[in-house]
Amino acid sequence: MKFTWFNLMPWPYLPDDFREKHRSVWVDIDQKLFDPVKSHEVYNTYLDLLEYADTLGFDGVGCNEHHQNGYGLMPSPNLIAAALTRRTKNAAIVVLGNSIALYNPPVRVAEEFAMLDCISGGRLVAGFPVGTSMDTNYCYGQIPSLTREKYQEAHDLIMRAWHEREPFAFNGRYNKLRYVNIWPRPIQQPNPPIHIPGGGSVETYDFCIDNTYSYSYLSFTGYIRAKALLQGYWDRVAERNAPDSSPHRAGFAQTICVADTDSEAQRLYEEHVLYFYNRCLHVYPGFADAPGYRTIKTIQSGALSQYAPPKGFDTLTWKDLTEGGHVIAGSPETVRQRMEDLIKGLHVGNIFGLFHVGNMTKEKCMYSSKLFAEKVMPKLRNMFPEHAGDDRFWCKPISKRATPGSLPAEREVAALAGAH
Amino acid sequence: MEIKTVQTPHVPVRYLEGGSGQPLVFLHGAGGATLEDPFLAKLAEKYHVFAPLLPGYGDSQECPELRDMLDFTLHSWDVVDALGLKDPILVGHSMGGMIAAEMSAIAPHDVTRLALIAPAGLWLEDHPIPDVFSTMPYEYPALLFHNVEQGTALLTAGVALDNPEWLKGFLVTNARQLGMAGRILFPIPERGLSGRLYRIKAKTLLIWGDSDRLVVPAYAHAFKKAIAGAELVAIAEAGHMVTIEKPDQVIGALGRLVA
Repeated sequence: MKFTWFNLMPWPYLPDDFREKHRSVWVDIDQKLFDPVKSHEVYNTYLDLLEYADTLGFDGVGCNEHHQNGYGLMPSPNLIAAALTRRTKNAAIVVLGNSIALYNPPVRVAEEFAMLDCISGGRLVAGFPVGTSMDTNYCYGQIPSLTREKYQEAHDLIMRAWHEREPFAFNGRYNKLRYVNIWPRPIQQPNPPIHIPGGGSVETYDFCIDNTYSYSYLSFTGYIRAKALLQGYWDRVAERNAPDSSPHRAGFAQTICVADTDSEAQRLYEEHVLYFYNRCLHVYPGFADAPGYRTIKTIQSGALSQYAPPKGFDTLTWKDLTEGGHVIAGSPETVRQRMEDLIKGLHVGNIFGLFHVGNMTKEKCMYSSKLFAEKVMPKLRNMFPEHAGDDRFWCKPISKRATPGSLPAEREVAALAGAH
Repeated sequence: MEIKTVQTPHVPVRYLEGGSGQPLVFLHGAGGATLEDPFLAKLAEKYHVFAPLLPGYGDSQECPELRDMLDFTLHSWDVVDALGLKDPILVGHSMGGMIAAEMSAIAPHDVTRLALIAPAGLWLEDHPIPDVFSTMPYEYPALLFHNVEQGTALLTAGVALDNPEWLKGFLVTNARQLGMAGRILFPIPERGLSGRLYRIKAKTLLIWGDSDRLVVPAYAHAFKKAIAGAELVAIAEAGHMVTIEKPDQVIGALGRLVA
């Protein structure tokens, strides 16, 4: 099992009447609600927490890409990842990921991911999402019904840029490049492991199966509702005669809150969980799914956007959210049991744990994360002993890694002056 | 009106045909056109109407090869050719007006009579066109009609909005139709037409509803300025769906092209 400590980096100062007074947390969110000076503290706290997760023994620390979004302060995940490469030691840097259709040209992704892999000593786990409709279409203006074609081309270009050892010409529909010859290239060969966030489309299942990428379902609705979707994936894995059905072929995002007891969990975390579900997911439904963004096949399969649920998240209570599995919260034993249900039920080897939730304070976040790392994670480590050796979907760092900040003392440098 | 199919180099194209008289090609807006369209029925009382559906509209086959404005423009010429028409009266509404204007600019000697009904295709900084792609269905009537109440009744007639099967069908139709329209309209319905309008040689009529809240009448003046000799017919108490709200006046205005 691989456990990644994830933070969406929500803006923690959305007002109490946010959902009454504002139509959307995303795309056209009210500029007045952002305070750059306050964000200085917020960003640094969030980075501190990611670094702390590394010291707790999480396998990975994760970041992702959203634009014009009140619950995601990472329009550039690579900037966050770069900061993490220097201040974390062992954890994988899980960038989940770069919306590759948005980079112009997409070799930028090949280059930046290569830089992250080189600086971190091979600790990069790379993600290639199509990106939500809010981000890709409404914020970044990509034409909805051409987004997937552009994504596919960007993917092919990046992979070739990583794999080829001679400059090559790339005559794409969306990218015309005479000399592709990235410098640097990643440590991990032939390329860093790749995870593809998806939302239930068959095309994405096949894309993962065909390329040996891990399929990740980044849902906010929890593991109980995810069952049908991931079952669809595993059925497809069987149908396509994939060589194996290793659980590492899939990942799942889950909000997790641990306390000493179940009631303490509610006392400590309820307000923050409600802040996230009631305010941060308040997305104007018109932005959820630009016409043409989803394929016809996907719509017909009934996979609708999770951002426009029929009943909405606005009115969900702690009881709804914990019983419904949106949130796994409670004592270490409660959380262990439910995580076991999740891991077995969905057959997933990668967990992207959302340990910072909404406007949670750093103290509570540290408390919950430490309890999970010490009292829950060890008991879940060997859920799939027969697949323990499957390293296809995780990073392979080099053993001799540099220690940041290890320049020689100034007096040793000064000694150079007198040497001639 | 009847629905028929004609083969073009890329895909078979579905088109509505009816009436007799001078051939008239009508290019529909982003909402599409149907056999039941009352405006087309009235139009067919005076003209031999051909109303091709853009690929993906109605029951027609999608065409992934049409990606940008030039593709749309040449495809529409392919359809005119496939129908065996020479210099038909060319009429386009909204998105169809944008395509008709492009067709006339790219082949100015092949179009002598052009009517643009509240066409898209320009962008005025002071009058940003509302984003129809993020607009919720219940918000359409206020955007499209002068008489919002009547418009609402028209758009929601007999529909149970909470029926999941209806919703799925609605989403599929939207994905097919607006997905296609998005290739020339998303996120800003402007693809450089302003730089090409000077090429139009056709006698050009601009028809606009006075209370168009989607493409406001300021755009009528911008088109008029850019197309030499263009004439503007403003229609009172009509919104963007002027063809539905005032069909007789629109058809009356078209008469000026053949007079």
